[in-house]
Amino acid sequence: MREFSVNSGFLYALTGAVIIFVLAQSLFFLIKAARRARQLGMQKGVVGKTIASSALFTVAPAVAILLGVITLSSFLGLPLPWLRLSVLGALTYELPAATTTAGVIGIPTGVPVTDPAAFSAIAWVMTLGIIPGILLVLFGLKKIQSGLTSIKRKDEKWSSIFMDSLFMGMVSAFSGLLFADVRLGLPGLIPLAVALVSAVIMGVCGVLIKVCKVKWLEQYALPLSMLGAMAASIPLTALLA
Amino acid sequence: MKRSYNDSVHFYGRIWTALAITMLLMVPLAISVYYDAWPQLTHVFRGLLGVAPIYWTVGIIEVLTFAPMLGTAGTYLSFVTGNLTSLKVPCALNAMEAAKVSANSEEGEVISTIAIASSSIVTTLIIAAGVLLLGYLQPVLESPVLTPAFDNIMPALIGGLAVVYISKNWKIAAAPMAFMVILFLLIPALASSVSVLVPVGALVALGASRILYKKGIL
Repeated sequence: MREFSVNSGFLYALTGAVIIFVLAQSLFFLIKAARRARQLGMQKGVVGKTIASSALFTVAPAVAILLGVITLSSFLGLPLPWLRLSVLGALTYELPAATTTAGVIGIPTGVPVTDPAAFSAIAWVMTLGIIPGILLVLFGLKKIQSGLTSIKRKDEKWSSIFMDSLFMGMVSAFSGLLFADVRLGLPGLIPLAVALVSAVIMGVCGVLIKVCKVKWLEQYALPLSMLGAMAASIPLTALLA
Repeated sequence: MKRSYNDSVHFYGRIWTALAITMLLMVPLAISVYYDAWPQLTHVFRGLLGVAPIYWTVGIIEVLTFAPMLGTAGTYLSFVTGNLTSLKVPCALNAMEAAKVSANSEEGEVISTIAIASSSIVTTLIIAAGVLLLGYLQPVLESPVLTPAFDNIMPALIGGLAVVYISKNWKIAAAPMAFMVILFLLIPALASSVSVLVPVGALVALGASRILYKKGIL
């Protein structure tokens, strides 16, 4: 049996292969969509601005994902969490999957795994526990999309309301979440206060865009609101915690 | 015969997704083969029993809820690259809003795809750079000063997003917002299962919207 380490070169090589795959798929669809945008007569600037604003928007959540990699690395090493959080996963799933399996096997989660069979069991559970969603995409997406097209064909106005309702479902669930800790007193108000700061910055951006005609801000209003509110959360936490 | 853009996206999307699933399954298989370390089936089964009932359900619900928002290529791509609720979905919504295109138009499909692809590339590069520079970055990222900022990413994101969508669609927003606020006030423990509540919010919004639409209010 080969000597095992959670940070072995073999695991880094596996991770590297997966990272290259993800980059290749993303580049493939980016180029395909950019070409289609040109065929549809969309302005070249729109594509460039979408790329730039999406990149800026991604910075803070991506750093949070990196923190997730660091959290799991004390237990699983760097390559496996890096791989899992770059493909399909999210920390909200990977952490319970890893710790549940560790609990079943009876190994601690505060120190690196030394038993390759335990590590392999964790890798299998992390993979198999999240596979049905992507299987449904593979086999069912075309049917789902044709169902949506049929709604649109029957009643275009309702189709538009249908989409807005789906958006509001997501926005309302996460907005409701802001109220989950309010019973805890002042510290429980921190998420609500941070969201309010973000909303106010967004409102100011809206005024600048519509009244002062600062057009470039359209693409960057949400990333700026998010980063501004994250910065504000530091003094707000000091004040309310 | 030349395929339409949508057919072509499905064709290539299925190929990429099938490859991704194969590759994902190859990872634990390669670990088991390389180290000759096959896990006990009972360990895998009992581990799965702890997470699969929730995450298989959430995974399926996420496809049904997010696929209409993300478009065809956006769905194929984001379900491979992951981190949907905290990153890919808001990123796509923000891009479509800024470009003033609707999610159920071809322009929306294109903008959503560009946003998700860009976000995936940037995420991958940031994590890679972060791992390579971990020695330098870890003390900064884990410093107590910055902890509140990373703890509050979701509120910081949802505040800006909510103000845009609620101001545009307040009639649609009223019922699901009231429902969710009351629900979380009454049962704070639901905070750990917010992903499951996204489709619940969508169903409440759809039900209320249908009534308002039939009455001619929308």
